[in-house]
Amino acid sequence: MENHLTVKLGEKKDRKGPVIFSEYKRGDAIRKALSMSREDILFELKDSKLKGRGGAGFLTSTKWMLTAAAKAEKKFIICNADEGEPGTFKDRVLLMEYPELVFDGMVVGGYTIGAQLGIVYLRGEYEYLLKPLEDYLEEMRKGNLLGKNILGKEGFDFEIKIVLGSGAYVCGEETALIESLEGHRGEPRNRPPYPINTGFLGRPTSVNNVETLAAVSHIVVKGGKWFAKYGTDKSSGSKLFSVSGDCERPGVYELPWGTKVSELLELVGAKNAKAVQIGGASGHCIPKPQFEKTLAYEDIPTGGSVMIFNDNRDMLKVLKNFMEFFVDESCGQCTPCRIGNVKLLEGVEMIEKGNYTFAHINKLKDLGRTMQLASKCGLGQSSPNPFISILENFKDEIFNRGNGGRNGR
Amino acid sequence: MLVVEKNALSEEIESYVEKYGNDRSALLMILHEIQKKHRHISEFAQQEVARLLNIHPVEVYSVISFFAFLNTNPKGRNLVRICQTISCDMKGKKQVVEAIERELGIKIGETTKDNKFTVEYANCLGLCDMGPAMAINDQVFVNLTPEKAVELLAKVK
Repeated sequence: MENHLTVKLGEKKDRKGPVIFSEYKRGDAIRKALSMSREDILFELKDSKLKGRGGAGFLTSTKWMLTAAAKAEKKFIICNADEGEPGTFKDRVLLMEYPELVFDGMVVGGYTIGAQLGIVYLRGEYEYLLKPLEDYLEEMRKGNLLGKNILGKEGFDFEIKIVLGSGAYVCGEETALIESLEGHRGEPRNRPPYPINTGFLGRPTSVNNVETLAAVSHIVVKGGKWFAKYGTDKSSGSKLFSVSGDCERPGVYELPWGTKVSELLELVGAKNAKAVQIGGASGHCIPKPQFEKTLAYEDIPTGGSVMIFNDNRDMLKVLKNFMEFFVDESCGQCTPCRIGNVKLLEGVEMIEKGNYTFAHINKLKDLGRTMQLASKCGLGQSSPNPFISILENFKDEIFNRGNGGRNGR
Repeated sequence: MLVVEKNALSEEIESYVEKYGNDRSALLMILHEIQKKHRHISEFAQQEVARLLNIHPVEVYSVISFFAFLNTNPKGRNLVRICQTISCDMKGKKQVVEAIERELGIKIGETTKDNKFTVEYANCLGLCDMGPAMAINDQVFVNLTPEKAVELLAKVK
């Protein structure tokens, strides 16, 4: 088996999906968008009911409408390619195999909101994609898909540049991302003000997930109604899921929203699954009795990370791995997150050693709920999720383990 | 540091500033270039960056100290990062790490005596479907076995 991951940008694996992986040719969305008015593009997006694919699920049409309406000399559109959520790799696949979707979506965004510059914030871990992506942008410039008077559209100038992150999970949070782009520590800002009016360099900025921009390209070409055909009423379209862990066929899958967890497990060949962590370390752990729930904003909302654990896995070890991650990645700016995560990890270690009281564990769950309320950004607000959900859903396994034992295993 | 070395480094940093601009928003890319070439950002380099961007050196230091991939102390010539997230862990990360530690005679977080390798853990490398995974400098390697991992390190110059 080849161990070295080599990049041939734009070369596609055999992938099937109703929306993202459907037919598309480079430049199609740009060509179509430039023949439309900005308002019409916004109406198409509104019809599509597309929500942000990073996980928060804010309506893309609203975000772009607000940024478009903001009055400023300069505006920016940022592609958030800082996917650091454990178990997520769909953006890597999109950038490697479908760069045309992402970049075309950015150009469309630039046109719609009136931005002159698009910035791709690429996570440092994906440095091997930097050169190929830059070469790709150069090709786009040659084809007049970037630069001055794009495709002959008088007065529409747009450029894209790529900035490399440097290994900070918190920079996936949009204001932290903007802080680091401005040359500061990547510490989240207070919101409001939101980036839509006070973003990069204090200008109106739209920050969009890689997958959101890819979806925009399809919507512009094929229409908002076409997109909304897929999925559920409240979660339109499809979603890319990054599947890893105990299954036969890990990888990226495109499925319509509303798919049941059990259907996904069947598809990827996950036998004996006892738990699925959905949404990465900051997501929720779903036990077997809940496998009939659906993946959708109204049921289990997610950025697409799906990690599968079979009967033999020690869920306390899983939880410990997640809490170590958060202790590592908390930026340390606000107290609930900086100290709270350390306390939760200590709690996990106490259980591991069999040296705990339920009174203390319950206090820690309370602390987790306090963190969800009091932390400044999404990191601290969601880091107690695995602590609370794993201890709740797997209490029999975890608390019957005895002193340092592994459940008799 | 010799004067000629200092001059060379200054010139190098000036070329980055020319490429990315002398605005503070160029800082991250400039630091990235210095880090990549010298495997750390020395005090002198920090001062030069600060001078050219017209900010205080401590501002540069504060940004470096924030990011996991930027550092002020030199590391080995080759940086090996092994993904420690649960998906890679379940596929046998531990055995890979132990093999590397045995082979190089160091523990995670240390640098070999000949300064050839620094081995570290990294958080999710985004290669969860192909774990265990590791990065050697800016290249990534997947589907590792203990034997394969060691073999790959042996090929590094």
